[in-house]
Amino acid sequence: MRVRPYGDRALIVDLDDAGSVVTWAEAVRAASLGGVADVVPAARTVLVVSEDGADVAALATSLRGIEPATAGPGAPTADADEIVVRVRYDGPDLAEVADLTGLGVRGVVAAHTGRPWRVGFGGFAPGFAYLVGGDPRLEVPRRPQARTTVPAGAVGLAGEYSGIYPRTSPGGWQLIGTTDAVLWDLERDPPALLRPGAVVRFVEEQSLEEG
Amino acid sequence: MTALEVVGSGPLALVQDGGRPGWSAIGVGRSGAADRASYRLANRLLANPEGAAAIEVLLGGFEAVARDGDLWVAVTGAPASLTVGSRAADPYAAVALRQGERLRLGTPSAGLRSYVAVRGGVDVPPVLGSRSRDVLAEIGPAPLAAGDRLPVGPTPTAYPHVDAVPATAYDDEVLLRVVRGPRDDWVADADALVSTTWHASANSDRVGMRLDGAAMSLADPRRQLPSEGACRGAIQVPPSGEPVVLLADHPVTGGYPVVGVVVDADVDRAAQVRPGQPLRLRWA
Repeated sequence: MRVRPYGDRALIVDLDDAGSVVTWAEAVRAASLGGVADVVPAARTVLVVSEDGADVAALATSLRGIEPATAGPGAPTADADEIVVRVRYDGPDLAEVADLTGLGVRGVVAAHTGRPWRVGFGGFAPGFAYLVGGDPRLEVPRRPQARTTVPAGAVGLAGEYSGIYPRTSPGGWQLIGTTDAVLWDLERDPPALLRPGAVVRFVEEQSLEEG
Repeated sequence: MTALEVVGSGPLALVQDGGRPGWSAIGVGRSGAADRASYRLANRLLANPEGAAAIEVLLGGFEAVARDGDLWVAVTGAPASLTVGSRAADPYAAVALRQGERLRLGTPSAGLRSYVAVRGGVDVPPVLGSRSRDVLAEIGPAPLAAGDRLPVGPTPTAYPHVDAVPATAYDDEVLLRVVRGPRDDWVADADALVSTTWHASANSDRVGMRLDGAAMSLADPRRQLPSEGACRGAIQVPPSGEPVVLLADHPVTGGYPVVGVVVDADVDRAAQVRPGQPLRLRWA
């Protein structure tokens, strides 16, 4: 763990893996340090943004003193929320992912539903969550060309991540399925269905034709 | 309830306040006024409480009428000429707007964004604790349009201490201080940031100011950076080599290396640079 300045108002903490990011970001929030405006977990880092007028050097010292419990993405804390997301595996890139991974279509579905994922971080759009800790055989590159329109509810894969598009947007992930889950709703408190640390289990929803 | 009724929005007029910090983990950035100092000054001229919502007007053209009572307004930021009814008025001063009178902002002589504050604040419903429009996340009050009726909050108990303050000067020479970013080794030569005369691209907005100039070279174009958190003022260098200075509505996380970070106090100035205007960076 290394704390470095990020401009004159923020600090960036380098960590080893996605799981450490989740536990470390939780530990920073739990510590309720003075002068912290926002904690931004990402793939291998946590950015800590200070409030106006905060002593950033003192904040760096406090951050270096935080020692979160070690837990990987496959070992969520016992009290983590578990969210079940029903998916129809009907995405336009499912066949390509089946080829790229060598798993075949049924193998992709089995791998995607076979073990729980965990919300690592957000950021692409409100309610978008980068899910980590899934089956490593599902690692596929982004599509060479992003689609200009990906529908809301599309379930995708890219690199070590899986994710669900909260609303219609452009996107370059490989789309393997669709869900009716509502990822973002400002009338709901909190508005995001998937929040860092939550555990997500994908379940295959049979289509009417198959059922 | 007194209100400000929008007659014309100009190119873009948005409700803005101090933003919504603390939601990055679910993908929502802070947003808020792009030039925070000018926004705060407009509120201070009217003795508004900290965080009262105002209107951020891009390149003038905004017109509004006082409804259901008299109002006090103040305009700061890009110094637009003001008209109240048929009278000329000054920016950087508290200005009375009688019921039924029309406030009109001309095109500012310099700068990009003017702030129209109203005593009592714009009292539209907050979203996640803020009345700011985030153009990237598409949350908060929609861009203003003719016919919008903006309720004005209760008159503050405090009285203004000054009638007018000197207008901010927006010189042609823009120089922004920058500290080295966490990924300055991802470009072949980070010093190119400070040795190049950049121009703000016409493609700039509240998300970021894109810089045209001699493109920077990535040290290894094939290397992929895992997504990292970003903050206002961060200078990202995408594969095109043209840096982007992140502004109020920047994405919460991004995968482009941050080579430098504009000193926080200078980010407000960055938000006032006009497309095509030259600017230089220097190491702080």
